[in-house]
Amino acid sequence: MTKISLGKGINKGLRAAMENDSKVLVMGEDIGKLGGVFRVTEGLQKDFGEDRVIDTPLAESGIIGTAVGLALRGYRPVCEIQFDGFVFPAYDQIINQVAKMHYRSMGKLRMPIVIRIPFGGGIGAVEHHSESPETLFAHVAGLKVVACGDPVDAYWMIQQAISSDDPVIFFEPKRRYHEKAELDESVPPAYPLHQAKVVREGTDATLFCYGPMVKTCLQAAEAAVEDGRDLEVVDLRTISPLDLRTIFDSVKKTRRAVVVHEAPYSLGPGSEIAARVTEECFYHLEAPVLRVTGYDTPYPPSRMEEEYLPDLDRVLDGVDRVMGY
Amino acid sequence: MSESVPGLAPEVFAPVEAPVSPPQASEEVEFVQLLTPEGERVEHPDFAFDLDDEAIKGFYRDMTIVRRIDTEATALQRQGELGLWASLLGQEAAQIGSGRALNAKDMVFPTYREHGVAYCQGVDPLNLLGLFRGVDQGAWDPRDNNFHLYTIVIGAQTLHATGYAMGQQRDHAVGDPDTGEATIAYFGDGASSQGDVNEAFIYASVFNAPVVFFCQNNQWAISEPIDRQTRIPLYQRAAGFGFPGVRVDGNDVLATYAVTQQALKRAREGSGPTLVEAYTYRMGAHTTSDDPTKYRLSEDLEYWKLKDPIERVKAYLARSAGVGQDFFAEVEAEADQVAAELRRGCLAMPDPTMTDFFQHAYVDMPDELAVQRDQYAAYAASFGADSEGEG
Repeated sequence: MTKISLGKGINKGLRAAMENDSKVLVMGEDIGKLGGVFRVTEGLQKDFGEDRVIDTPLAESGIIGTAVGLALRGYRPVCEIQFDGFVFPAYDQIINQVAKMHYRSMGKLRMPIVIRIPFGGGIGAVEHHSESPETLFAHVAGLKVVACGDPVDAYWMIQQAISSDDPVIFFEPKRRYHEKAELDESVPPAYPLHQAKVVREGTDATLFCYGPMVKTCLQAAEAAVEDGRDLEVVDLRTISPLDLRTIFDSVKKTRRAVVVHEAPYSLGPGSEIAARVTEECFYHLEAPVLRVTGYDTPYPPSRMEEEYLPDLDRVLDGVDRVMGY
Repeated sequence: MSESVPGLAPEVFAPVEAPVSPPQASEEVEFVQLLTPEGERVEHPDFAFDLDDEAIKGFYRDMTIVRRIDTEATALQRQGELGLWASLLGQEAAQIGSGRALNAKDMVFPTYREHGVAYCQGVDPLNLLGLFRGVDQGAWDPRDNNFHLYTIVIGAQTLHATGYAMGQQRDHAVGDPDTGEATIAYFGDGASSQGDVNEAFIYASVFNAPVVFFCQNNQWAISEPIDRQTRIPLYQRAAGFGFPGVRVDGNDVLATYAVTQQALKRAREGSGPTLVEAYTYRMGAHTTSDDPTKYRLSEDLEYWKLKDPIERVKAYLARSAGVGQDFFAEVEAEADQVAAELRRGCLAMPDPTMTDFFQHAYVDMPDELAVQRDQYAAYAASFGADSEGEG
């Protein structure tokens, strides 16, 4: 057993996938010698060569568009988008081509492409480096959207995403790249890619979260113990498709829910979860489903990001409100 | 003007010569031509047509049939059987010449007007209609004919082609001019303005990908003339990306064949991409939805009619190759036959079911979507039960 960081978990996962399948390619900007701006691909080009770890021109649509062609040729490209806010030049290729190819071809063609996107705030970055665009992808049929929240998940989820025959948008919580945990590679993954995980059992209310907010919510749950509250924390892991069964089971147990994400408030994943829970668990609820999220503004300059992002206090405030009904 | 930009030496802004306007109807452009509009064979120092008259008869047959398919599809649209049709009228030589230059293992990435190339690749013409009739989005299997689905988003397929070519490289399928593999991407003059096309040029260039970019410059992007897309001849753009560009008379099937064949050979042997600009003219509307009389002169059309790609081959065959009327009549009859089958097939084309479309959104269908599919099925079935009950 070794203790590894979340970034290293993805690196080891990529390495394992490349060793297992010679059709797996990694492509993106600065991913070769530099190992990516977050060093997630460190050492891969040295070991797998420039034909499998491809430093691309600085053109995001080109990264995804050529990945489409490579996938049609039988490859399984893993594309790195350097930062969340830089994915938009490739958005057309992702939603019009990657997402729809299987559908347009009536099932004859497949797009086993993984698009890795470091996302979210909290690292003091300049603009366009701290976005949470997950809803924009989750709304598109044909894509699957996931976010890892801890190093062990990072290691397994990237491999599961690569083996998926559907295209996967793989969000990596950049401010958690250096969080560490014990990884035992010989123990098979406990969860399939599209299953949520109860990371803390509780009885009074459920915090639903993913990616960078998993740690925040676990801390909030610990802090809430002092107030005599026993919170359940569910790491959604998958945003599209949502694991509704796990969500409903938890709500039926705790009867109260707060959804926590960095993405803006309106029409975010929290909106969908609130609607689903209302439709399916109406008679179980003691309170409306609340959301603790970013605001409906563009992401602010970094000096203000601590105000913008949900933190321990805002999550606990949300818990207070949901318990107040 | 340059002096007003601080920090830049005036010579950086050396005056550009007067904009190079695209040739007007009365002007002639420089391009590779091997068969004149009058049907005379001519020589070119760099390109030669190396097939015999039998092959030229084959090209004549191909062009006549695809024009007939196009005419029939246009008629079907006018009769309400297709929602839309994108006519290839006038571009038969560009498509048949380039399409016939392909080897069995080469891969084609078309836009939505490549009915002639589809024909060369053995795609059933009926399958081309589904998209326009609204029953599917491409019924053929691209792997059967090495002919990818039609791509509506302008220029997107040039990147797919480049990626596919990068795959051919990685599969070590490149290196021999005869047995190697190449990819060809079709696009139009309007697409040349798209970022994706320019990114495709860069990727193809820096990775030396075995891809031929085949631009059918038909002079019009819906209502916008070529001078709204470029100030230089399109083939000259290739030089800026670091690979050769060549302009060919797109209405000359011999020349488009010869030029494409050479570009494909370069790709197959590992010498990288080529941009071929087939200089042609879209004789009809962009699609059946627009009215070209609102945006272009009838003289232009008359001028281009004189350059008809099929007539010049017919003139050559009749005058210089001793081909008799029987042959032309035979081809006409065959074209009519193909058109009649196309019409029959179109009218008989079944509507798909919603269930099919739920089925193909994902390889691995999410449980939630299966629930929606079942809800739809139950809802749809409830109408059947009601009407039965009432009956």
